[in-house]
Amino acid sequence: MLNQVLRLLEDDGRLTPAQIATMLNTSESEIEKLISKAEEGGLILKYKAVVNWDKLEEEQVWAIIEVKVTPQMKAGFDAIAERIYHFPEARTVMLVSGAYDFAVVVTARNLHEVSNFVTHKLAPIEGVQGTTTHFLLKRYKEDGVILNDSGDSRRQKVVL
Amino acid sequence: MAFNTKTQNKQQPDLISNRVSSIAPSGIRRFFDLLASMDDVISLGIGEPDYPTPYHVREAAISSIEKGYTNYTSNSGMPELRQELSVYLEKLYNLDYNPENQILVTVGVSEGMDLAARALLNPGDEVLIPDPCYVSYAPCVVLSGGQPVMIPTCEENRFEISAETVESLITDKTRAIILGYPANPTGAVMPREKLLEVAELACRHDLIVISDEIYSQLVYEGEHTCVATLPGMKDRTVFLGGFSKAYAMTGWRIGYAVANEHIIGAMTKIHQYTIMSAPTMSQVAAIEALKNGEESAAEMVADYDRRRLIMVKGLCDIGLSCFKPQGAFYAFPSVKNTGMTSEEFAQKLLIEEKVAVVPGNAFGRCGEGYVRCCYATSLKELHKALERMEAFINRYKARN
Ligand SMILES: Cc1ncc(COP(=O)(O)O)c(C=O)c1O
Repeated sequence: MLNQVLRLLEDDGRLTPAQIATMLNTSESEIEKLISKAEEGGLILKYKAVVNWDKLEEEQVWAIIEVKVTPQMKAGFDAIAERIYHFPEARTVMLVSGAYDFAVVVTARNLHEVSNFVTHKLAPIEGVQGTTTHFLLKRYKEDGVILNDSGDSRRQKVVL
Repeated sequence: MAFNTKTQNKQQPDLISNRVSSIAPSGIRRFFDLLASMDDVISLGIGEPDYPTPYHVREAAISSIEKGYTNYTSNSGMPELRQELSVYLEKLYNLDYNPENQILVTVGVSEGMDLAARALLNPGDEVLIPDPCYVSYAPCVVLSGGQPVMIPTCEENRFEISAETVESLITDKTRAIILGYPANPTGAVMPREKLLEVAELACRHDLIVISDEIYSQLVYEGEHTCVATLPGMKDRTVFLGGFSKAYAMTGWRIGYAVANEHIIGAMTKIHQYTIMSAPTMSQVAAIEALKNGEESAAEMVADYDRRRLIMVKGLCDIGLSCFKPQGAFYAFPSVKNTGMTSEEFAQKLLIEEKVAVVPGNAFGRCGEGYVRCCYATSLKELHKALERMEAFINRYKARN
């Protein structure tokens, strides 16, 4: 049940406990209990909107930065990660396998801000060996949502 | 000139065969025309999945086209598809059909129904059909020279047919019964015991049952009973199955018919002359759906179920009593307490609130007083539609 509730909320965070209860054929109080527990236990961290920023004429730059590091003796990767994720520009920070160690997604108002972040904030961190910056050109799918989906226009208006 | 005036005349009964003229034009044509001219309508009037076909199925077809598989297939359908169907029916229902001569791949259940009626009926033969039901059954019978005889059903009996009523309608001209459960438009599923009684009647009166089981995988409560699995029924059942609904493949036009070799032989004869073979790329897609489509189908079914519960509760909350559908993807609420006919309700709702539902009388006389609301639409749209319907009903209440 918990799993199903989480899946529904992950798809639509605005579903009410009453609606979820109807869909899963259970009581509203049961669902409320599950959700409170998930929120208190840190299983549900936050509810937010998936925004298609490209529709806004405002300039915004996204970049994915590969970061190679030499892990410090004691604290290892976690200590370096912590120094990176405290920067507000870093939207997502992940440790990954392969040719580099961290994948960092950065958002900024312009190219200059991104390069500033890399040269003045990221590169000087102790243990960071090198970075490769990929600027995002076009977004197709965001958090499971296809951005220019034609939606329901494929269907006729009435089919008996 | 005389010819000209004649062709300008809208009604040309002498130009069109008596048989086709005898089929009543759909009474709700005007309603559809109105709908077509409107924008921003939330349509609950669409009898098909809102999902596109699962991607792996589309990919299989694309790849077959790229490889140049663009020829006719065997009249009965690709051997591999018939083989897969045979394995599928064996696994699901423990039914043994020979892919060589007891399985025919058709252009949807639509073609299967037409073939079955044409293969089985002589002029004047009567065919029993539940009322309300899917719109094609009676016309298929009429076009084959048969005579539809409607079996009334009602909400009080969960829109199931009763053996008693069926028996009272059987005459010495009765040749077949068409069953379509899980049902469009009601969402009804026939319980096994009640189906057994009908099967027993079919055996006793030597009737064929044409069973449209296109919604068999879309059952949320109770259990689907395959008619051919009932005692004595395998040999007298034409089982029509499809891919349109469970695998979201409506546009591919692909389905199948299984029956004994005499009936399939006769249906194949018509199919061979009128269709040649079902679309080749669609047959490839169907093979992929049968082999690897179970998971995507199950996900869609789970999603329809959640929407079903939202829809039924939503309708009841706004004051429309609604039979709880057990299968397919339709809710069939009663609008009797609004004092409007189905058509009035549907038309006013469309004009005033831009929500399209299908008047129940499109599906037979017993559908009067109800409207069909398809819930195969996103939750967001369903909620919006319910809100608009609530406003409509409240306004109506206030007026009275
Ligand atoms: C009960 C029923 N049978 C048959 C069909 C048509 O199926 P197909 O797409 O396989 O021709 C439909 C489509 O709406 C249906 O609801």
